[in-house]
Amino acid sequence: MKSRFVLAAVVALFATQLHAKTLIFCSEGSPEGFTPSLYTAGTTFDASSRQVYNRLVEFEIGTTKIIPGLAESWTISPDGLIYTFNLRKGVKFHTTRNFTPSRNFNAEDVLFSFERQFSKDHPYHMVSGGAYEYFNGMSMPDLIKRIEKVDDYTVRFILNRPEAPMIANLAMDFASIHSAEYAEKMATAGTMDTFDQSPVGTGPFQLVAYQKDAFIRYKAHPDYFRGKAAIDDLVFAITPDASVRYQKLKAGECHVMPYPNPADIAAMRTDPAVNLMSQEGLNVGYLAYNALMPPFDNPRVRKALNMAINKQAIIDAVFQGAGKVAKNPIPPTIWSYNNATVDDSYDPAAAKAALAAAGVKNLKMKVWAMPVQRPYNPNARRMAELIQADFGKVGVEVEIVSYEWGEYLKRSKEKDRDGAVLLGWTGDNGDPDNFLAVLLGCDGVGGSNRAQWCYKPFEDLIQKAKVVSDIAERTRLYEQAQIAFKSQAPWATIAHSVVFKPLRKEVVGFKIDPFGGHSFYGVDLK
Amino acid sequence: MFRFLLSRLTMIVPTFIGVTIAAFSFIRLLPGDPILLMAGERGVTPERRAELEAVMGFDRPLWEQYLGFLGDLLQGNLGVSIVTKAPVLEEFLGRFPATLELSVIAIVFAVALGLPAGVIAAVRRGSIFDHTVMGISLTGYSMPIFWWGLLLIILFSGILGWTPVSGRISFLYYFEPVTGFMLIDSLLSGQPGAFQSAVMHLILPAVVLGTIPLAVIARQTRSAMLEVLSEDYVRTARAKGLSPARVIGVHALRNALITVVTVIGLQVGVLLAGAILTETIFAWPGIGKWMIDSIFRRDYPSVQGGLLMIASIVMLVNLIVDLTYGLINPSIRHER
Repeated sequence: MKSRFVLAAVVALFATQLHAKTLIFCSEGSPEGFTPSLYTAGTTFDASSRQVYNRLVEFEIGTTKIIPGLAESWTISPDGLIYTFNLRKGVKFHTTRNFTPSRNFNAEDVLFSFERQFSKDHPYHMVSGGAYEYFNGMSMPDLIKRIEKVDDYTVRFILNRPEAPMIANLAMDFASIHSAEYAEKMATAGTMDTFDQSPVGTGPFQLVAYQKDAFIRYKAHPDYFRGKAAIDDLVFAITPDASVRYQKLKAGECHVMPYPNPADIAAMRTDPAVNLMSQEGLNVGYLAYNALMPPFDNPRVRKALNMAINKQAIIDAVFQGAGKVAKNPIPPTIWSYNNATVDDSYDPAAAKAALAAAGVKNLKMKVWAMPVQRPYNPNARRMAELIQADFGKVGVEVEIVSYEWGEYLKRSKEKDRDGAVLLGWTGDNGDPDNFLAVLLGCDGVGGSNRAQWCYKPFEDLIQKAKVVSDIAERTRLYEQAQIAFKSQAPWATIAHSVVFKPLRKEVVGFKIDPFGGHSFYGVDLK
Repeated sequence: MFRFLLSRLTMIVPTFIGVTIAAFSFIRLLPGDPILLMAGERGVTPERRAELEAVMGFDRPLWEQYLGFLGDLLQGNLGVSIVTKAPVLEEFLGRFPATLELSVIAIVFAVALGLPAGVIAAVRRGSIFDHTVMGISLTGYSMPIFWWGLLLIILFSGILGWTPVSGRISFLYYFEPVTGFMLIDSLLSGQPGAFQSAVMHLILPAVVLGTIPLAVIARQTRSAMLEVLSEDYVRTARAKGLSPARVIGVHALRNALITVVTVIGLQVGVLLAGAILTETIFAWPGIGKWMIDSIFRRDYPSVQGGLLMIASIVMLVNLIVDLTYGLINPSIRHER
């Protein structure tokens, strides 16, 4: 009995009551961990980089605009090879149960955060698995020659080649800045794994407790450099089922929920307790022909097939209204979107005539339908069936095929792939290069360029835009690239999804993140 | 009794080895590649793929991977999750108390209602009560768990507001877990209202998870009781003038319990399977949801470790059930 009282007393010591302003976010799942560079899931970034950490440069919440973060300012050398960052002074790291910082943020922290990912000899490189998929995926090991500390508040990135999207890359989650002092302390204590499980950052919220699959609790960082958050406590109530999330929102058990069921949207619109926000997503769903295989190597055939697709019917049936017809390979929310391009209009009779003019008769083809739901395509099978019916009307016989998701991704890359593939993309950094070069560049043929399309005039434009720093010039180049894309039609651009975000009416200041994330700095409860 | 126990334990060894082979091969037989799934649309270069395979140990032949798995197992190591990079045993043990707590309460609920309902239905065979119990239990058995859970949430949490929607305790309370069992930890915390909140959060998931076992137990108890009640010794007991309560409670039920205990033992497997859906609906942080996520991500170490742990638990429970037969009916242990 006595020991039970002692135990209760110990527990009571750790027990805390929530403060007045607690915002509860019904998140959809558990994070993989708390070091963003090690992982790729948005759920992980929501729990880590977007609350706990800052980056040298950041996306202004709710936009794709780059703003200063831990770097107050930066300069780029005329040859585009040297990026010099002037770091913010007086930025404090979180004080946690494991760590009390003895100094403010400085250049050492920047070097640590990147060298851990960059250098295979770094003591932390292999800790927690050592897979830095975004760092590698954004070609940073090829791009960065070295990173130098000029002084305590100046760092310099020296590149192997000019790369205009570099600044946007550094605003991505993998580029979050960690405390080198904390890392050293954990290494000295022989508990390097703790570094990735108990995060210490400079961000607006600091981790208090995490119980896997149950909750994550944060409190506002009192010394946050942009000023303390309006809410005192932030709780992620991990709730995997979308219908249950909505019930919790209605019952007041949470304030904000992500990823509502499309079927619940109508009820949410009329729910007096709910404010249903919406915004076009930073994504595109497409049907990629194989431009290496006849007759799809002929742009006239591709354009004819595009004219046979009733995209509006797809938006109505597959997206249930939560989508917008796509005409360009980049979404309208991204800078340089060319609104002047003209889409291939839905005209089955003209499509049939164009196919005949191109010498195509009795065409049989495969359409690949993804086996999974993605933000840019909530039901690929249904979409494929609609396309099958549309193509049938112009005399093209379609067989729908599908594979397990990993196999699908692998086989769809093959240059001799049979048929057109339904796929899509969600932007990483808000830069047009992240869509146009990755998905349609010549380097991507046999890889992420599922259309296997390499078109010199287009390639020249996007390669030039990659090395020009001037935004106006880049915009002009990307606008021309979109015109070249439309003239050749390697894809049928299908849709951009609309993201819905239900929140309770008492929540103010929340902004929908175009990247699909959730940031709670600047959010308040009235 | 010792020989009986020894024979049961001897059977467990080959079963366990079989389970390790099944657990190891099951997830690898499924189509899907963990590295491709991790990379998604972004893809991965052949060089990077080779690096990752080496880090994860997938570059070794399958038999070597299996022997490595067995070797680690003998040292009490279930491996490291390729997704979270945390030890699988730690991931499992962190979630298991939540599943155990829910399963125990669900089975208590199922037995507490199912056993008396089955007994009364058998005693009053053909009555309205009998038909009602059997009708309800058939409905309960056929109920899709997901639909049933959502229905209860909408009614009791959404419309009536009697119970919380999901989770294990209100976010008003926070304390460091001591045992991992929320009912105990909330009591230990000393925070007023915490225990009540934990109980309220447990009601709906326990009812949902316990519904199928409840239906099965009620029906099996009724059948077993009907069989026993027609036996000669029961007629003899009645003829001797024993009270109906004593005839049913002592003479009939004790023999009927052998069937019922077997059913309860088998329901442990059903509970763990049902926990996957129940935990998803009620955001219950147990092993069910974790296993599903691990399977979808092709997290080989987590799936094989989790399957092994679950199979071990089911084997352990069935061993206990076997031993319980001996306690209920001593003739069984003497026969063997």
